[in-house]
Amino acid sequence: MTARSRTDSAALPTSALALSGIRKIFGTVVADDDASLEVAPGEIHALVGENGAGKSTLMRIASGLLAPDAGRVTIAGRDVTGWSVADAIAAGVGMVHQHFLLVPTLTVADNVVLGREPGRGPFYDPAESRRAVQTLVDATALEVSVSQRVGDCSVGEAQRVEILKALYRGARILILDEPTAVLAPPEVERLWAVLRAHRASGGSVVLITHKLDEVMAISDTVTVMRAGRTVARMATAATTPAALARLIVGEERPLATSTHPTPARDAPPAAGLPPALDVRDLVVCDARGRRAVDGVTLSVDAGEIVGIAGVEGNGQRELLEAIGGVRATASGTIALGARRIETATVRARRDAGLAHIPEDRQRHGLVLPFSVAENLVLDGTAHLRAWPFGLGLDRVAIEDRARRGIAALDIRPTDSARPAVTLSGGNQQKVVVARETATAAGDDPPARVLLAAHPTRGVDVGAVETIHARLRETRAAGGAILLVSTELTELLALADRIVVMLRGRIVATFGRAEVTLVALGDAMTGVRS
Amino acid sequence: MIADSALRRQRLTEAVLPVAIAAAIALVTGDLLILAIGQAPATVYRLLLEGTWGNGYGTGQVLYKATTLIFTGLAVSVPLVAGMFNIGAESQLAAGGFAAGTVGMLLPPATPAPVAVAICLLAAAAGGALVGAVPGVLIARAGANEVITTIMLNVIVLSALNWAVAAHLHVPETLHTPAIAAGTVPRLAELVPSLSGSAANATVLLALLAVACTGWLVVRSRPGFALRAVGSGPDAAAAAGIAVARTRLGAFVLGGALAGLGASNFVLGYKHYYEDGFAGGSGYLGIAVAIAGRGRPLGIVLAALAFATLSQGGLAIHAVVPKQIADVVQAVVILAVAATTPAVARRLRAGVA
Repeated sequence: MTARSRTDSAALPTSALALSGIRKIFGTVVADDDASLEVAPGEIHALVGENGAGKSTLMRIASGLLAPDAGRVTIAGRDVTGWSVADAIAAGVGMVHQHFLLVPTLTVADNVVLGREPGRGPFYDPAESRRAVQTLVDATALEVSVSQRVGDCSVGEAQRVEILKALYRGARILILDEPTAVLAPPEVERLWAVLRAHRASGGSVVLITHKLDEVMAISDTVTVMRAGRTVARMATAATTPAALARLIVGEERPLATSTHPTPARDAPPAAGLPPALDVRDLVVCDARGRRAVDGVTLSVDAGEIVGIAGVEGNGQRELLEAIGGVRATASGTIALGARRIETATVRARRDAGLAHIPEDRQRHGLVLPFSVAENLVLDGTAHLRAWPFGLGLDRVAIEDRARRGIAALDIRPTDSARPAVTLSGGNQQKVVVARETATAAGDDPPARVLLAAHPTRGVDVGAVETIHARLRETRAAGGAILLVSTELTELLALADRIVVMLRGRIVATFGRAEVTLVALGDAMTGVRS
Repeated sequence: MIADSALRRQRLTEAVLPVAIAAAIALVTGDLLILAIGQAPATVYRLLLEGTWGNGYGTGQVLYKATTLIFTGLAVSVPLVAGMFNIGAESQLAAGGFAAGTVGMLLPPATPAPVAVAICLLAAAAGGALVGAVPGVLIARAGANEVITTIMLNVIVLSALNWAVAAHLHVPETLHTPAIAAGTVPRLAELVPSLSGSAANATVLLALLAVACTGWLVVRSRPGFALRAVGSGPDAAAAAGIAVARTRLGAFVLGGALAGLGASNFVLGYKHYYEDGFAGGSGYLGIAVAIAGRGRPLGIVLAALAFATLSQGGLAIHAVVPKQIADVVQAVVILAVAATTPAVARRLRAGVA
């Protein structure tokens, strides 16, 4: 192993970052097995593969968070295997994680300089840190208010803070894990500009992504991983999205064909009935009292998917949380059919037929130490009463429901007793979707209204297909779905109507037939057409 | 299925190994202290065992002390499952004893014994639950920190009970209430003569029943499901419709009731009256029992027996070395369990150990 690795690095002495023959095993799960990656200086290198292919583990090894069980890591030809995060940062490797590692109570500037605070002796100089970070913001076009508290940042802003953090530490090799999952198209373009500027200055970028159009648009070289192994490495110009997709899923599985299927409503809504979900003049304030949702009126009929487009942080999250009952409303009304629910508890709303796929699956969607089976019944155990006095849990029914959920959403592995924390991100999301779309399960009322916040964020191609199919089934069964997504292709693939939110208001509504990407983009960024 | 049993084994190791390491550390600490005082560790340990499990009286005393500790250990464990530290078992225990003692002394002497005992047990549970409900409500309504509220409540409740007994309810020249005439819990010595002289009584059976019921409740029941969900993922539990604040309140009420029931060991089984200060730290030691017992039914029973042995054994070795050595060893066990638990879990998950 060592001898071969040495030959590898001798053959490519100019690699900015090289990992070869990497193996990493967690308990009984082999995350990486003979994985490799070679990144040249001054290139943008895409790393693609399904959830659980071992990309993130490989990058955690590259950034010093994990030590490999076997294999070698070199930086500019220097063997650094088994180094620490501090070593990695010192050598210019900066990682932007999919789940952000920020202190919510500190400001953006504080977070960026944390660990390298400017100041005199023991005294911290906040003015100097704001100035330094503002300079960096101006230079990189990573737009964010430096004196804002991170806890009040949107996910997109938090990501920009993470990138600023890496750049502030002088990162020459930037590793970004799914960076565009939280960004709207104009922000993605800005990110590309930042990455291109980084490349122009001689830096390298490793971009972990599921989106093949991004690979084609931005990368110079692409490495494909499957089941813990590196299966291909090639110049991006020499390949096609179709060829990449085939490498990612392997030849044996049918290729996903999901780009733009035309959504179809099976039946028009019955006239005269109130809409399944009716929101009027809703105002919701964020933690600082700002009107995050500022007078929103919208309705969703049974058998309809209404998509909410918008740049992250324009009130979409607050709107869904207020309807879901986890955030208080300031004024306005929310009704499920004829029933007003704006002051009801989450329990009462769910009993009235509301279901909610939250934005942050790990924090709001799942109890991570709980088993898959337990997570599938987290939304209520009233129909699982058993001896004695209804205090017991009907374990047979739980197991039965778990079996159906696992089968319906193709959750892997299929072991219902496995803790949710051990599942890959895509499979965790499938557990949430399975629970929130459970229908016709014994005494379960079918979910009449489903709130879906970024239901396929950061999940692999196969899981996207499964989840989209499930949402369509829910619509076909008469469900009303309010879908928030920053993926315009997702909205176009699923929604019957698309509304655009900007600064807490609905600024445009498009019917299925009349929507164009240009018009959506203009509305999202506030450009008058 | 193989992965499943491997997972189970890992979880068990994760629970047991820190306690084993802690016991070893405590043993070494005890040795060093005994040596520093100039005694032979083997002699002291022999004395300790002879004074506890070596004779009927010692065994009975250990069982008696363990009984209260099982209850207070449960009182800490249940809120811990919901993610809350209950430092208030001491005052919940005292309030339970006060309630049982005052209700008991007011019962007509002619009350049938089983009825009288049942009423006193209910009173004990209610007294503890009431004190447990206060931090529960403060947490649910005001978002107060449970550690601070339960610690401060200990001071208030214990002072109030002291005043009530000293000023109004005491038998002259004492700090205890008049004895309960109407029915008490039998001593174990009536069944097992060798235990005679010890305070061990049938309350120990109630303690084992409480362990079994609580274990079932936490792991198998619907309320327990909510408790565990709130403890392991409060945000997800709230989003899924579980009433987080009410669940926490419930955990504190149940914890308080369990601590209160523990008072029956003293009030109904031993002295037959409420005496100021009878709790004597058993509530605080319940925290140690809960932590060392790892929230598992068998773990809590074993931890209660171990701490009761050290506590009773401290008296037996007092002739040779200061009994404070036993207290130090108890404290070292708690510190060592707290310190080794994360490290052990980390090693096991990384597949090193």
